[in-house]
Amino acid sequence: MSKTQSQRLAYGEELVALGADNRDIVVLEADLGKSTMSCLFQQAYPDRYFEMGIAEQNMLSMAAGLAASGKIAFASTFAVFAAGRAFDQIRQTIAIGNLNVKICGSSSGLSDFGDGSTHQTIEDVATMSVIPNMTVLTPCDAAETRQAVHAAAEIEGPVYIRVVRNDVPDYISEGDTFELGKMRVLKDGNDVVLFASGTMVEASMKAAETLEKDGISAKVVNVSTMKPFDEEAVLTLSKEAKAIVTAEEHSYIGGLASKVALALKKSKVPMDYVAIEDKFGQSAHSVKELMDHYGLTEQNIVAKVKGLL
Amino acid sequence: MGRQEIVNSIQKMAAQLRKDVVLMIGGDGHVGHLGGSCSSADIVAALYFHKMKLDKQNPKWEGRDKFIMSKGHAAIIQYAALAELGYFPKEIITTLKSFGSILQGHPDRNKTPGVEANTGSLGQGLSIANGMALAMKLDEKDNKVYCILGDGEMAEGQVWEAAMAAKNFKIDNIVAIVDKNKLQATGSICERFDTNPLPEKWEAFGWKVLEIDGHNIEEILEALDKADTIKGQPTVIISHTIKGKGISFAENVVGFHNGAMTREQYGIALQELDAEIEKYN
Repeated sequence: MSKTQSQRLAYGEELVALGADNRDIVVLEADLGKSTMSCLFQQAYPDRYFEMGIAEQNMLSMAAGLAASGKIAFASTFAVFAAGRAFDQIRQTIAIGNLNVKICGSSSGLSDFGDGSTHQTIEDVATMSVIPNMTVLTPCDAAETRQAVHAAAEIEGPVYIRVVRNDVPDYISEGDTFELGKMRVLKDGNDVVLFASGTMVEASMKAAETLEKDGISAKVVNVSTMKPFDEEAVLTLSKEAKAIVTAEEHSYIGGLASKVALALKKSKVPMDYVAIEDKFGQSAHSVKELMDHYGLTEQNIVAKVKGLL
Repeated sequence: MGRQEIVNSIQKMAAQLRKDVVLMIGGDGHVGHLGGSCSSADIVAALYFHKMKLDKQNPKWEGRDKFIMSKGHAAIIQYAALAELGYFPKEIITTLKSFGSILQGHPDRNKTPGVEANTGSLGQGLSIANGMALAMKLDEKDNKVYCILGDGEMAEGQVWEAAMAAKNFKIDNIVAIVDKNKLQATGSICERFDTNPLPEKWEAFGWKVLEIDGHNIEEILEALDKADTIKGQPTVIISHTIKGKGISFAENVVGFHNGAMTREQYGIALQELDAEIEKYN
C-alpha cells in the first residue's frame, strides 16, 4: 500500500505557500489551529492570522467582512462547527453575497472518533451543497488537499473543503493537474464503476482489487468536486457498466449517493451505495471501529457490487 | 457652512429620507419596516451626508468609509440615503420589494449600489463590520466602519461575540450605533425580552460607551466626532430614539414595526414630512 499522509498538514502547508505569494490571503481560526494545522500560517504570517476564540459564528461573519474588503479569507474549524453551527452565517452573508471565504471543515466524517456524535460530521456535504453559490470539495488525500486549497483560492466565491483527522493513503500525485468539477479515474475497469469520495477512495481501490480476483473488472472514480457536480461524467463513465456503487464517509442523504442517483435519473444502470444510514455517530477508540460498524468497508462495497450483478 | 447650517441641512435630509421611506412603502397595502427606519433616520442622514468619506460618483471608491445596517429590515432608510446620494436613480425607490427590483426586502450587496453586505438574519452585522475594519487596518487605510444595530437585536448572542472580538483586536476604527427605540416586533423590549441595561453591558465588554438623543443632530455629530478620538478600543453610541419618529400615527406604535399604511395615513405622513422639510427651506 502507498504511504499515508495528513490532509490537515497539507492544508496548513498549502496555506503558508499561498500566503507567500499573495498578501490578500488571511486565515481565521476558532481555537483549533493545532488540530486543523492553520497554526502553520500563524507561525509564518502572524499579522494575517486571526485567532477568533471559541466563537465560530462570529468567525464566519468576520471572514465575510474581510472578504468583502478584497481579502481571500480562509476560516477553519471542525466541520461540525462550520457547516453546522455557522450554517446561517455562511448562508446569509458569505453565500448570498458570493464572497471569497474558503471554509475548511476539518476532522470531518467519523474521523474525530473519540469525541462522539456531537463532533462527527455526517451531513456537511449535504448542508454545504444545498446552498447556492457554494463550491464543495472533498479531497481524497494530502496531495489533492493541497490542490483543492490552491484551487479554492483561485475560485471567485465561497468554497467548502472537507478534510479528515486521520492520515490517508496517497492516490494523487503532487504533479497531477486538479481540474475543478472534474472526476478522476484512478483505476480503469469494464464491468462496474465505483464512485468514491474522500476517505472511501481507499476502500474502493481495495474493493476493486478483490473484485478483480473474482473476475469482475471495476473502474474506480475519485469524486472530489461534490459541487458543481459533474452529472455528465457519471453518465459517460458508467455508460457500458453493469452496476454502479458509490462510497462515502457521509450520510447517504445529500452526499455522493444522492448526487450520483440524480445523475442517473435517465440511466438504466443499477446503482447502490455505501454510506452512513440515517444515524448519528458515536465514540470509539479508533476510526476503523466506526467505519466497520457503519459499513464503510471494502467488504461492503464488494457485497453491494455483487448484489447488483 | 456654519455649524447651524450643517445641523439644519442634516435635519432636512433626515425628513427627506423619512419621506422617501414613506414613498417606498406606499399606501397600497404593502407592508414595510417604517418604525425602525424612521428611528434611524437622523443618524443615517448624519453619517451619509456629513460624516462618512464617500464619493457620490463611485459607490465602490477605495477610500470610502463603510456602513453596515445590521438590523437589515431597516434597509429602506439606507436605500433612501443611497438614492439621495445618486447611487441609483431616485425613481427606482418605488419599486421596493417588487419582482426584479434592485431594492430587496433586506440589503443585498450584489443588487444595490452602496450596500456593503447582506444582512437580515439579526446579530451578524457587527461581526461583518469587524472584518471590514480589520481589513482597513491590514491595508493601512484611515477609514471607519459604522454599524447600526437594534436594541431588540441585542438578544442575539453573536452581537456579544462580535463585541468581544472588537475589544480583543483593539478595533478602534469601528463605531457601533445601537438604535434604542425600545420596541421589538411584538411589543416593548422591557416587557417582551429585556436586553437592558445596555451601557453597562457594552462597557463590560470593553467598549467606550457614548449615550445620545438619537434625534438631536448636535448630539449625533458630537458623538461621531468624539468617537474619532477614542483609540485602542471600539466605540458604541447608544442612541435613544422613538420608533416611527416623525410620523405622528406611527410614533411608538408596535404595529408599524412592519406595517402597512392606509391611503389616508400615507397622505398624512407625506403631509407631515413635507411640512418638516419646508421648515428648513
